[in-house]
Amino acid sequence: MTDRHIHDPLREEGHPIKDYRSGIPATPPSEDVTNADLSSAASRTLWGDAWRRLRRNKLAMAGLIWAILIVVVALSADLWVPQRYGDPELIDSTTVVERMLLKPSVEHPFGTDRLGRDILGRVIYGARVSLAVGIVAESISVIIGLILGALAAYYGKWWDTLIMRLADIFLAFPYILFAIALIAVLGRGYINVFIAIGILGWPTIARVFRSSILSVKENEYVDAARALGASDLRIMSRHIMPNAVAPIIVYSTMSVGGAILTEAALSFLGMGVQPPTPSWGLMLSEARAYLFTAPWLMIYPGAAILTTVLAFVLLGDGLRDALDVKLKD
Amino acid sequence: MLKYILRRILQMIPVFIGVTILLFILKAPGILPGDPIRMITGEKEISPVLYQTLIEENGLDKPLVQQYFIYLGKLTHGDLGKSYQKDRPVTELFANTYPNTIKLAFAAIVVEILIGVGAGIISAIKQYSFWDVLVTLSTSILVSVPVFWLGMVLQVIFGIEMKKWTGGAFFLPISGMSGDQFPAWVHLILPAVTLASVSTAYAARIMRSQLLEVMGQDYIRTATAKGLRHRSVVFKHALKNALIPVVTFIGLDLGAMMSGAILTETIFNWPGVGLEIYLAIGQRDWPIVIGGVIIVVFAVMIINLLVDISYAFLDPRIRYGGAAE
Repeated sequence: MTDRHIHDPLREEGHPIKDYRSGIPATPPSEDVTNADLSSAASRTLWGDAWRRLRRNKLAMAGLIWAILIVVVALSADLWVPQRYGDPELIDSTTVVERMLLKPSVEHPFGTDRLGRDILGRVIYGARVSLAVGIVAESISVIIGLILGALAAYYGKWWDTLIMRLADIFLAFPYILFAIALIAVLGRGYINVFIAIGILGWPTIARVFRSSILSVKENEYVDAARALGASDLRIMSRHIMPNAVAPIIVYSTMSVGGAILTEAALSFLGMGVQPPTPSWGLMLSEARAYLFTAPWLMIYPGAAILTTVLAFVLLGDGLRDALDVKLKD
Repeated sequence: MLKYILRRILQMIPVFIGVTILLFILKAPGILPGDPIRMITGEKEISPVLYQTLIEENGLDKPLVQQYFIYLGKLTHGDLGKSYQKDRPVTELFANTYPNTIKLAFAAIVVEILIGVGAGIISAIKQYSFWDVLVTLSTSILVSVPVFWLGMVLQVIFGIEMKKWTGGAFFLPISGMSGDQFPAWVHLILPAVTLASVSTAYAARIMRSQLLEVMGQDYIRTATAKGLRHRSVVFKHALKNALIPVVTFIGLDLGAMMSGAILTETIFNWPGVGLEIYLAIGQRDWPIVIGGVIIVVFAVMIINLLVDISYAFLDPRIRYGGAAE
């Protein structure tokens, strides 16, 4: 027994088999659970262990590899996509008639859209928008959420009441409607989509972080640091943060997928990225007019959204198991 | 119990006031694009005098704080103002569209219960079997599917391609809620499945993990030990307790659906509140948008309150534990 388990009530009560991370009892103790229990031996770090466990999770690794692949393809697109498939934003009106709405072929593997642009090229460039929204919007949410969650948990009292009521108010709004209303105020366009999705995401992050700080704060090492005269900021950044951050990593990885879905939905409704910028949601909205005549238009952008979101969901699931985090839902 | 209900209602009030303040700020002149008077009068030129009269008539010259209280006062009388373009009270417009949203929501809940809860139970009883893997994998995929894309895929498969394959003998309607050879409920099928998709996946996941958790409890072991058949242990003892969180989830989801399914309603041309609000945004008809969001938020809160109360009713630990969340 290592000291890590001393304060663990579940284990003290004699539930060695209960896999309480996922709330699923009576799971046969698989290899990695046993490994996790023995993992605090010297020279092994939490992150090293987490990585080892993550690597063994096939679905999570598939998600990670797919996500990396999409990032690489999107970043390198300028080097090869326009040369091979043409400019994804350029509309050449002279040849549009013979090039529009072509079925998938060797030359255009995913076909062409109503303006004769290559769909594969646009799907690849669309990845840039989706990834950018996923990462930038999620970062905004995380930054606001971390600050407000930390203030609420660490200072408590009316800070807590104020911030958590504000979170309630934000969560009381229907999500998509709120996003649309924000865009209506901010104006349409790329940057405003980041901001709107970013602003809407903070309450959940703040809640998760608040509750994880509240549980970390009770540890003796925090009292010890305070007794030694450490400042609030130091206690927060050196002692509480590193121990409270795992649920945030898990939650925000999963939410990247959610942000990508929201951008696609907003663009689909015409409230997000504006043409001619290629965005998967926008491409689907254009494809809607051709459901009868050219149904292949909608297959690839939709499949791109699905697989990208799925990659982040699987990765998040894997991280949750690897980091031993139990999220409420 | 009464105390619990009262406390929950008291907790709702500040949130609701916060929502009205936030919405009021959004609709204050200068924040939303478009001049409100121009929205009322339309394109035609008006004299500065008339302009001024309209400003005063609509109370736009008063200080913002006062405007807020006038607005709040009207709100308590159920007056949400008039649509700029349609010249009808906002409440009347939503009285027409809300029934459609509720119809769609209940149809979606039926799908959720039948498929989601069913799949969750099978998945838990036959843990690690082929079916379990299938359910687990398909729920991961379902939560990643963009709802509007799923709607379009269903439209193409069941509405368009199936009509071609069967020579028009069998297909499903893909738009609107009535008006062709189909009875009204057939129009509900595709929108309801689309709307229910994500929640069905969550319902299945929650059902599975809850049932597995309950199956590990001591009283289940006791029930098995006293010689009950497996089936009756699962369905009479375990399921009852495992269902509580699932029922809560479905209740909250019903609440969320009261906000109108903007994407599903757009795809299927379903004349509900989501579509109404969405169209109003396009026309910058802010009274509909703001009024609609207020009605929707209120409906969602009421349903959530009912869910919480029934949760406390079903599970005494909540009632006596004093936990507010």
